[in-house]
Amino acid sequence: MSDGNDQTTVRDELLAPVVRKVVGVTAAISLVALALFGLWGAPPDAVQGDAQRVMYLHVPSAWLAYLAFFVTAASSALFLWKRTRAEVWDRLAGASAELGVMFTALALVLGSIWGRPVWGFWWAWDARLVSTALLFFLFLGYCALRRVPAADPVGAAKRNAIAALIAFVDVPIVHFSVEWWRTLHQKATVFSPELNPQIHGVMALTLWIGTIAFTLLYVYLLDRRYRLAVLEEGHAERELEHAIAERVGAGRSVVA
Amino acid sequence: MTDVGYVIAGWSIGGVVLGGYTLRLARRLRRAERAAAETEPER
Amino acid sequence: MSEHPERTANIWREAALVAGKDLRIEARARVAVGQILPFGLIVILLFAFALDPDRGVLARVAPGLFWVAVLLAMLLAVGRAFAIETHHGARDGLRMTGLDGGAIFLGKAAAIAVQLALLEIVLGMGVIVLYGVDVHGIGVVLLTAAAATIGLAATGTLYGVLAAGLRMRETLLPLLLLPVIAPVMLGATRAFEDGLDGVPGDAWPWVGMLGVFAVIYTTIGVMAFGALWEEAA
Repeated sequence: MSDGNDQTTVRDELLAPVVRKVVGVTAAISLVALALFGLWGAPPDAVQGDAQRVMYLHVPSAWLAYLAFFVTAASSALFLWKRTRAEVWDRLAGASAELGVMFTALALVLGSIWGRPVWGFWWAWDARLVSTALLFFLFLGYCALRRVPAADPVGAAKRNAIAALIAFVDVPIVHFSVEWWRTLHQKATVFSPELNPQIHGVMALTLWIGTIAFTLLYVYLLDRRYRLAVLEEGHAERELEHAIAERVGAGRSVVA
Repeated sequence: MTDVGYVIAGWSIGGVVLGGYTLRLARRLRRAERAAAETEPER
Repeated sequence: MSEHPERTANIWREAALVAGKDLRIEARARVAVGQILPFGLIVILLFAFALDPDRGVLARVAPGLFWVAVLLAMLLAVGRAFAIETHHGARDGLRMTGLDGGAIFLGKAAAIAVQLALLEIVLGMGVIVLYGVDVHGIGVVLLTAAAATIGLAATGTLYGVLAAGLRMRETLLPLLLLPVIAPVMLGATRAFEDGLDGVPGDAWPWVGMLGVFAVIYTTIGVMAFGALWEEAA
């Protein structure tokens, strides 16, 4: 694997600076638009009232959680496949996972805050919430694994990539089994408003704005987090080289 | 708490988490860029 | 690789060798029987402290409690399966035999499955006796346990080797493993609910799901174990 020396083979940034700035500005603008529509422009829901407005953040967060996981899995696969193996995929997987943890946690907390006024409780064993909770722990485990210091960086990257893919395979299984579990129980529980009812008009528009805004934000943060990983790992390598060079120099002067 | 309270709570948390992460990332990046600039010329 | 029938036959024979080795080590050290099994029984007992034994609560939640106890014991069994490889240069010894990674996976997973099966039999009897559970559909119960056990053993072996060389493996393994096997917990408990005090026929879809899970993760294990085994320092 190349180090910071060889600038041509190590990808320093994901996006060209111009692209990144455009993405960042557009993200900021759409987030403002989301706030305007979500908090004011969209009408309160007929059944849920104003509490519906929390959905405008919850739904995009949940979408991003799955997108981030997908990016981590895809990058891991690209890293494992010998023909496309490159440091960029490993770093991308890690960056996306960190963002994924954030969006998943946000989705869970917002889902709970939405649930309190609408259902009456802070949590319901709804299929979507349970699946998202498990997704959160899958992410968390992967991030914990990445943080284990490894003697062999390539080997560690391979291991992390395999771990990501194994967890990713589990996601549809979790989704399906939890969904099935909760629909079986629907007969026994009181009917509760769904997390994704049919919505039209301004409310649907607001959800779209939210999805776009969050996706742009994710892309921007992904680029920045990737850059950070490049700098931090490069720095660690240089510090090591530095320390070694000092030792060698000191040894030489003693011998001389 | 009225519905509005929950909306405020939800959106505040969203803003704090996303904004906080973005700012923290920016700060870490600035520190890392500076550290890289310091060690790089010494080679 | 599997164009040659003798190659495929070899994998099974190699797996049997590894499984035999692991089980023989267990027969001598008696860790599963002497430590993990009692642990499972204590967990079953402690559940009765946590819940009310006098109001039929235990019988109703018995399936879940049973599988939680099995899950916790499985964590120990997986950790143990890879701990035995760290002594006396066993890992290098195993590497030098040139056994196929997939075969080692199948062998270790099989040994874990056997230990889990024995554990489940004893814990199952414990649950029936201590919680007062009726068994309506023994066939469903046995098939569920078989499918779930294979899934648990496969996933456990996979994550066991992944965590094997790491310094933080004792705490990392549960965190990595438990979310992934959540569907097994879910399916096995639901199937047991139907098979024990409910309508056994309702359980078959869950058994099917457990079977699919077992197949998927056994396949992944056979493919990925070799690479992970190399990386385990």
